[in-house]
Amino acid sequence: MRQCEGVMERSWVIKNGRVVDPANKVDQQCDIIVQDGVISTGDEIGVDDLPVIDAAGCLVVPGLIDMHTHLREPGQEYKEDITSGTLAAASGGFTAVACMPNTCPVNDNSAVCAMILEKARSAAARVYPVGAISKGSEGKQLAEYGELRAAGAVAVSDDGLPVTDSQLMRRALEYASDFDLAVIAHCEDPALSTGVMNEGEMSTQLGLKGIPNAAESVMVYREIALAEFTGKKVHIAHVSTAMSVDLIRQAKARGVRVTAETAPHYFTLTDEAVSGYITNAKMNPPLRTGEDRAAVIHGLQDGTLDAIATDHAPHSILEKEMEFDVAAFGIIGLETAVPLTLTLLHQGVIDASRMVELLAVNPARILGVEGGSLAPGAAADITIIDPKLEFSYSVDQVVSKSRNSPFLDWTLTGRSMLTMVDGAVQFSRFI
Amino acid sequence: MATGYFFSHRHILGIDELSKDDILHILDTADSFKEISARPIKKVPTLRGHTVINLFYEPSTRTRLSFEIAAKRMSADTFNISPSTSSATKGETLIDTARNISAMHPDIIIVRHSFSGAPHMLSRYVNAAVINAGDGAHEHPSQGLLDMMTVKEHKGRLNDLKIAIIGDISHSRVAHSAIEGFTTMGSEVHVFGPATLLPKGLEQLGAKVCTSMEEVVRDADVVMTLRIQLERQNDPLLPSLREYSRRFGVSQKMMSLAKPDALVMHPGPVNRGVELMPEVADSTQSVILNQVTNGVAVRMALLYLVMGNS
Ligand SMILES: [Zn+2]
Repeated sequence: MRQCEGVMERSWVIKNGRVVDPANKVDQQCDIIVQDGVISTGDEIGVDDLPVIDAAGCLVVPGLIDMHTHLREPGQEYKEDITSGTLAAASGGFTAVACMPNTCPVNDNSAVCAMILEKARSAAARVYPVGAISKGSEGKQLAEYGELRAAGAVAVSDDGLPVTDSQLMRRALEYASDFDLAVIAHCEDPALSTGVMNEGEMSTQLGLKGIPNAAESVMVYREIALAEFTGKKVHIAHVSTAMSVDLIRQAKARGVRVTAETAPHYFTLTDEAVSGYITNAKMNPPLRTGEDRAAVIHGLQDGTLDAIATDHAPHSILEKEMEFDVAAFGIIGLETAVPLTLTLLHQGVIDASRMVELLAVNPARILGVEGGSLAPGAAADITIIDPKLEFSYSVDQVVSKSRNSPFLDWTLTGRSMLTMVDGAVQFSRFI
Repeated sequence: MATGYFFSHRHILGIDELSKDDILHILDTADSFKEISARPIKKVPTLRGHTVINLFYEPSTRTRLSFEIAAKRMSADTFNISPSTSSATKGETLIDTARNISAMHPDIIIVRHSFSGAPHMLSRYVNAAVINAGDGAHEHPSQGLLDMMTVKEHKGRLNDLKIAIIGDISHSRVAHSAIEGFTTMGSEVHVFGPATLLPKGLEQLGAKVCTSMEEVVRDADVVMTLRIQLERQNDPLLPSLREYSRRFGVSQKMMSLAKPDALVMHPGPVNRGVELMPEVADSTQSVILNQVTNGVAVRMALLYLVMGNS
């Protein structure tokens, strides 16, 4: 394993891999030629002289894009920072991350956006800042979307908190469309959502206060109603319930411009993972029941859910090694998303093309950023994945600054082997 | 009891971790200790030289006193620590407190905490045996055991009984431990209360959820009511105690639907006239004070057993 530094080679030929590039309807064994950081047909250069990356047995796919990451900088650098977070991303196969604005200070202005992008210049992955929907994410006044867009924001969200004021949300959908900013909705009714885990059999058994699935779904329906009324786009973050999947499916059938993501933990775990008061199984929205998990998987299969995003939420042991009631919500996810998604592939739930759509093509489309394609002329953002490699995700392997993962010591199958951004190898497990 | 049985629990965190044999063994042990409390000199040397710490993060008079009396009657040295939950959140974490206490080599830590699972976490950080004296809305195992001991004394058995539990099932660790215990022993636990106080998943815990007072009380062998609170953390659970008492309070008339020899139980303290009418609380069917007496015996048994005695 190595992180590459210094002047980087940016021309390569990637040989022997199975290229999966659904945006261009490609799924076949072929070479990918990278010339000066750009994907090339190879017609004009001597391919024989290029350094070779042997991707035998591997999938070669457009660089994965995580549209929901918390990098914690500025303000909580002890949990994660832009350098460590993007390195975790690169090690997990992501060439780009969209970072949520719930930092200290909140990213609701050009200064914070510019600072993030400045730090990101030397980062291991592209960083797309997400600005706040409301000033300070306080849910009262719209943030200045024009300024945020000019500073480099690609979307707005008050993630971590819901926008409780429906009028403000309506105006956000409308105003964001003037600047082509995606609006990412964290759906949660705060009055209903006062618990610490999913409300149901497990919360009763453990004596923990529950968060009903309705707390998410009532807000999902509100966002759909607002998008339908205004004719604007809305993107639903971290879908966790069967009811939400149903609502989104019906809305899409009516032609509402709604897109949605889920996270690997929602299609991998259920609220039974909380048993034993395991704080690494505490996140918001909470892990739900087996029925919800099955509905999320079905949503990934039938196109109701457009993207898999990690909701990478680093917390130190200061926030996690404590009583379940007061432990922080959230888990890291950048390093486990690929193997957990590959599990769906190995189970035959989705195929490789669908996996690439969920992790690259659709996130790029929803955020309106480049990527998701290996067509000649595209920036060489490439991820190489060994779908069969088994590894144990032990604590000493964690790249993120934080270790709050429920998947520690799991044996996982499939791993990103190499991550290339603009033709430069940012992370490699080859040799 | 199966031959070759031995009590193997280092901690007592919940009745959900105890088998039928474990429960019978605890109750038998408690039974044998009960007579100590009736002696003129109420002390045996069994736990001499052992240190027992009562770590109570929630105010409690009865349970703490009961554990303290139990420990002292066994000749253990007892110490009470009551960090208030508010200062605990600002200051030392539970884990730090646990490590500090552990460094003083206590043998048993009895913990009560408003957070479910706090005793479980504590047990991972200390060398001492941990006894859960009530954690959040999770469990109150010594209460569940003293409830079973009381029923067994009066009914001669713990199987094939109808146990009716009425009240705030959502927030009651007492109800939870009773459901776990009585169903493990082969009895049926029927629960009823306002819909706002009946959590999801009670059936999976083994309880039968009733739809009326008549249904829950009819032919019951035991009628247990729980203390009621109007509101918790701004959650509007009930409009008034007046209405609660009319609809869910157990009256003498309601008791006439139960078996004639049905027991009336309550974990205390009783809101007289709210969940339990005074004439019922004071009737000959009431075993509320027997519960308190048995509490000491059960807690003596738990202290004895977690120290590896059999
Ligand atoms: Zn969120």
